[in-house]
Amino acid sequence: METKEKALRPVGKIHGGAHLPHFKNTAETETETMPAPGTVFIPVSQHIGAPANATVKKGDKVYVGSLIADAGGFVSAPVHSSVSGTVKGVADKVLNGTAAVKCIEIESDGEMEKDPELKPFVINTAEDIAAAAKACGLVGLGGAGFPAHVKLSPAKDAEIDTLIINAAECEPYITADYRECMENVDGIIAATYLLRDKFGFKKIVICVENNKPKAIKALMEVAANKLDVEDTVKLMKLPSTYPQGAEKVIIYSATGRKVPLGKLPSDVGCIVMNVTSLAKLYDFITTGMPLVAKRITVDGSAVGNPKNLTVPIGTPIKDVLDYMGIDPENVGRIIMGGPMMGQPVSNIDAVIEKRTNALLIMDKDERDYRRTACIRCGRCQRTCPMNLTPAKVETAYRKGDTAAYEKLNVNYCIECGSCSFICPARRPLTEVMRIAKGELRRQKK
Amino acid sequence: MSNLLKAASSPHIRHEDSTAGIMFNVAFALMPAAVFGCILFGIRAVFVLLTTVITAVAAEFIWNLLLKKPQTVGDFSAVVTGLLLGMNLSPNVPLWIAAIGSVAAIIVVKQMFGGLGYNFANPAIAARIILLVSFPSAMVSYSEPLRSSVDTVTSATPLANPTGTPILKLFLGTHAGCIGETSACLLLIGGLVLILLRVINPIIPASFIGTVALFGWAFGEDPLRYILTGGLMLGAIFMATDYVTSPTSNLGKLIFGIGCGIITFVIRRFASLPEGVSYAILIMNIITPLINRIPLSHPFGFKKEVKEDA
Repeated sequence: METKEKALRPVGKIHGGAHLPHFKNTAETETETMPAPGTVFIPVSQHIGAPANATVKKGDKVYVGSLIADAGGFVSAPVHSSVSGTVKGVADKVLNGTAAVKCIEIESDGEMEKDPELKPFVINTAEDIAAAAKACGLVGLGGAGFPAHVKLSPAKDAEIDTLIINAAECEPYITADYRECMENVDGIIAATYLLRDKFGFKKIVICVENNKPKAIKALMEVAANKLDVEDTVKLMKLPSTYPQGAEKVIIYSATGRKVPLGKLPSDVGCIVMNVTSLAKLYDFITTGMPLVAKRITVDGSAVGNPKNLTVPIGTPIKDVLDYMGIDPENVGRIIMGGPMMGQPVSNIDAVIEKRTNALLIMDKDERDYRRTACIRCGRCQRTCPMNLTPAKVETAYRKGDTAAYEKLNVNYCIECGSCSFICPARRPLTEVMRIAKGELRRQKK
Repeated sequence: MSNLLKAASSPHIRHEDSTAGIMFNVAFALMPAAVFGCILFGIRAVFVLLTTVITAVAAEFIWNLLLKKPQTVGDFSAVVTGLLLGMNLSPNVPLWIAAIGSVAAIIVVKQMFGGLGYNFANPAIAARIILLVSFPSAMVSYSEPLRSSVDTVTSATPLANPTGTPILKLFLGTHAGCIGETSACLLLIGGLVLILLRVINPIIPASFIGTVALFGWAFGEDPLRYILTGGLMLGAIFMATDYVTSPTSNLGKLIFGIGCGIITFVIRRFASLPEGVSYAILIMNIITPLINRIPLSHPFGFKKEVKEDA
């Protein structure tokens, strides 16, 4: 069906931005569901904020969707079992890096039996939606991991008029959000209208990068069928210059509003939600099944047939490697998330978390990226979406001149990785910016 | 258990462009004009270019070796410096003078200030000026093209005798001058290649050449002839755009280009020297750190802090 509606053009255009290779190899492959692994290790802290408090103990019988840890505060999120089986213990475990995190270990019985007590969530008001997000254990699934109910409970005096649905998916390789748009377009649109009705948003903008024409078309068609009189829901085609999906950037693109340093989207009247988060919220409201599994893109040079997998949360990476038929011996590096902002994985015992959206598995053939002195080409500052001067920050950082890099506004850095990506001298600019920000934070304390 | 993997800070992918790649592209873009210079002025020009390039690379290699520094000749920057210097010399220049120029460029101007990325002035420009001051007569002895013996008839560059040469000849470059500066046409092609490869930004060449043309026109010169003579094209496209010694921001580049243009014009018009491009670039190189220091832009979402009364 052809639609008369045209996608909107961005209102604001950011400075710089990087043109990345897309590597969207998995875009047109159906999502596959990975069977439950033998044992899952579910961390109680998979979000920004206080860790959840375990509510189960060794020997307890749990089902898929059973609550196993309750939110430890307002900025926190509950955790649910992703398999049916028996709790083997609650203990600290080293997953990634060197720090131990508290995990609930559950041995799967292989049945994947749903918790019989799960039931749809009744929504009457906007507060109910926030309550649903909390009960669902929903966190920002785009990678930030910020508890969703906090976003959906704005202060009483905040004037929120715009909801931005982030389907930009600007990182290379990842197609998890794209598959959500392709496979669950009705859910996304239904959730959009539910939120509009309850929150009374004046404007809802669904943002998709222009390298995903099929997703744009699918969303347009469904949205056109439901076009409301007030015409609040709009689709926006973003240019595919990285980092379009970054929160501050997408708000500027969608509304022309700039979020000042240290302020939140709600300060400029916006709520930004990742498209998969939104779809999951709707799924929870209609079925009662909380966030227990995640679609992840498994790709990278060591992956023979890249695909999107729905994986139970807490599944160790080694089980994913096993399922994908990848020999750990051939793996050089693993990145959880996209290649620009993803976390390096040091250990294949690390597990898939709520916010994981991709697993990039690279072989041992490392590209030789030779580092030279900065040649002052200025590419970093022309690429920086925040209009900063990363090379100057690096110089100041190496001199240990804290005051200088604070004056260079390093705190504005969103750590998108564009400066390091573009640098022909291969300077570790993003890394330095990150450390410099940490140094300033430490000094403030 | 040794299932630990390599973990590095994000981002995990890098752009293909490298320092060496950029330098190689610059050398590549200089090739048409350099080859043309060799055809025009004969084997003598080839010798000069070979001398400057080989001496430059050798000087950098030996410097790093003696000072036990990581070897940097692989980044191609010494090749570019040598090539640029050679193209800025007269084909008649004695080879030992050319070699001294390369050594001065690499050792004095570049390495003594910390190597690539730390030199305050473009090495080729500074070396050319060192040679001009040290060996004035040898440096300005130009020969008419297409007479490839060593004992050629010397002649003035068209800049010294501006009305004598037809415009087309100036554009194509079949006239006396330095090895690589004569053909505006081929230098522009090289510049276009660099702009298309996104190696250089057109702001500096455009503002530099534009300013010279504007001032020349305002003071009664033929603007076209004025920009086609001398080393303006070579300087504006390949020397003023040197990353290390030019401003990084676009507005800074504009200031730099206009500054170069004004100084070039002032020297050409009012000083006792026939050509001012080298001096203009050198002076603006020295001012570049000051231009870079001007905060020309604010970060995204920047708001001036309002001072509140305590």
